[in-house]
Amino acid sequence: MNFYLLTLIKMALTALVLLTCCAYAVWVERKVLAHIQLRPGPYRVGPHGLLQPLADLIKLLTKEGIVPSYANPFFYLLAPFLAVALALTAIVVIPFTPEFELFGVRTAIGLTDLNIGILFLLALSSLGVYGIAIGGWASNNKYSLMGSLRSSAQMVSYELPLAMAIVSPLLLVNTLNLREIVELQNGFHFGLLPKWNVFASPVPQALGFVIFLIAAFAETNRVPFDLPEAESELVAGFHTEYSSMMFASFFMAEYANIITICCVATVLFLGGWHPLWPAEYGSDLVPVVLLAAAGLMLLFHAAQAARRRKWDRFTFPVFGVLLLGLAPVFLIPVLKPVLIPFFWFVAKAGFLVFVFIWIRGTLPRYRYDQLMRFAWTFLFPLSLANLLVTGLVVALAG
Amino acid sequence: MDVLLFLIFAAIAVGCALNLVLQTHPISSALSLIGVMGSLAVLYLLLGGEFLAAVQLIVYAGAIMVLFVFVIMLLNAGGEKKPSKKVLRTAVALPLLFTLAGVAAYVLASQAPRTETVKFGAYVAGPYEVGKALFTTWLLPFEVTSILILIAILGAVVLARKEI
Repeated sequence: MNFYLLTLIKMALTALVLLTCCAYAVWVERKVLAHIQLRPGPYRVGPHGLLQPLADLIKLLTKEGIVPSYANPFFYLLAPFLAVALALTAIVVIPFTPEFELFGVRTAIGLTDLNIGILFLLALSSLGVYGIAIGGWASNNKYSLMGSLRSSAQMVSYELPLAMAIVSPLLLVNTLNLREIVELQNGFHFGLLPKWNVFASPVPQALGFVIFLIAAFAETNRVPFDLPEAESELVAGFHTEYSSMMFASFFMAEYANIITICCVATVLFLGGWHPLWPAEYGSDLVPVVLLAAAGLMLLFHAAQAARRRKWDRFTFPVFGVLLLGLAPVFLIPVLKPVLIPFFWFVAKAGFLVFVFIWIRGTLPRYRYDQLMRFAWTFLFPLSLANLLVTGLVVALAG
Repeated sequence: MDVLLFLIFAAIAVGCALNLVLQTHPISSALSLIGVMGSLAVLYLLLGGEFLAAVQLIVYAGAIMVLFVFVIMLLNAGGEKKPSKKVLRTAVALPLLFTLAGVAAYVLASQAPRTETVKFGAYVAGPYEVGKALFTTWLLPFEVTSILILIAILGAVVLARKEI
């Protein structure tokens, strides 16, 4: 097939899926937070609030976009655009599956395959701070300005441990190409433990992974490092003045950043699309079993619901049958080389997104001086030590 | 395609550089400088220096310029007042500017060593090549530069602290 046509199709699909994921990440976050706090969460729009993202989108689209009279209009409008554009661009270098051949077309899920993929990601994430910084400054509001000042300082500080944590697995795999990084993590120790970089043979990168995750929380401005939008101190931080789709752009950028950074963690540390245990022991059957179990559970609850809600009698069987019907798709031999790796990638990245939400529901916010002291006196030296040890062992091991 | 990209991004670079000088507000100038850095990165990429392009974005656009913007926001520097336009000043300055540019161009063209025409993608400057060059051929300048930067940081700390 024509290269350009194929790329266009893949771009459209990626954009669609990413934006949908962003919207539903909000739903998942609200649901998980609600259940952590023993609340039901969004429930009104659609079955179990499933159409809530759509309702939110319509609400945001129809709101009036206000530019405050003392704001700098050009930069005020530029900032959300910058934030969302940079956040959505980063997904292009993530390789989701190995190359496969489907209907005579050789391709892979994932848009490009840059030699400097990881540097590209670092560049985009370091530029991402401008959206927040400019937005807060251009609003001409003291809360916004404080939020964006905090955000710039925080993102610059945490970029160092983030980069250092990225460098140590790079020393092990010796390439900057994300697809090659994943391919080199193939195989199993003792036929069971996967050779992901977290369990890499000379120096396991578990410490690097933890440092990366902590720095990623700060880079995406998430709890416990969400000082830029600390609502008890700064109203809403850098986006206090924003409304309508401009606010939605910031919101979308935040969730796109979370998804991207979880994908990066999956690629660098968790072996990308490689399964948790070898296929001989049935790792290919995991998606089938999971989907079938979920479908059966829904059917069971449809038969005898604990608390009967009006729509559950209708929606539970429908979703149950859908999931049951989806399960055997993972057994089709033609689709298997695509779907199984893709499932493992999405499962790992999805789990990391869940960890982000989990942390938000569990930890309180840091104070600003604690945040900075933690970055410079603990996290950064720790990441340097991790890098030094890894470098030493790699050099000695030859 | 290469020439087209070069022309577009060279034009953006020059345009941003002009904007940098002409703007009165420091934030606009800083953002124009980021535009210059970004288009320079694309030009490096066109020459084949992919590593250099990425580092240009990470270090200059992503770290140094963030600090610029940060300081401007922290000090809340307002726009400078435009001086009142004087015809005489402009009439003298413009010819002088062109003369200076002409002299500079002449000196550069006559004194610079003859080099071959640059070709797009002619240089192989991936991370491996750059790293090897830095840590073998250019090790001493590299280390001396890092010591220089360290001294500059020490100086900044000494100046920033009121009493030690």
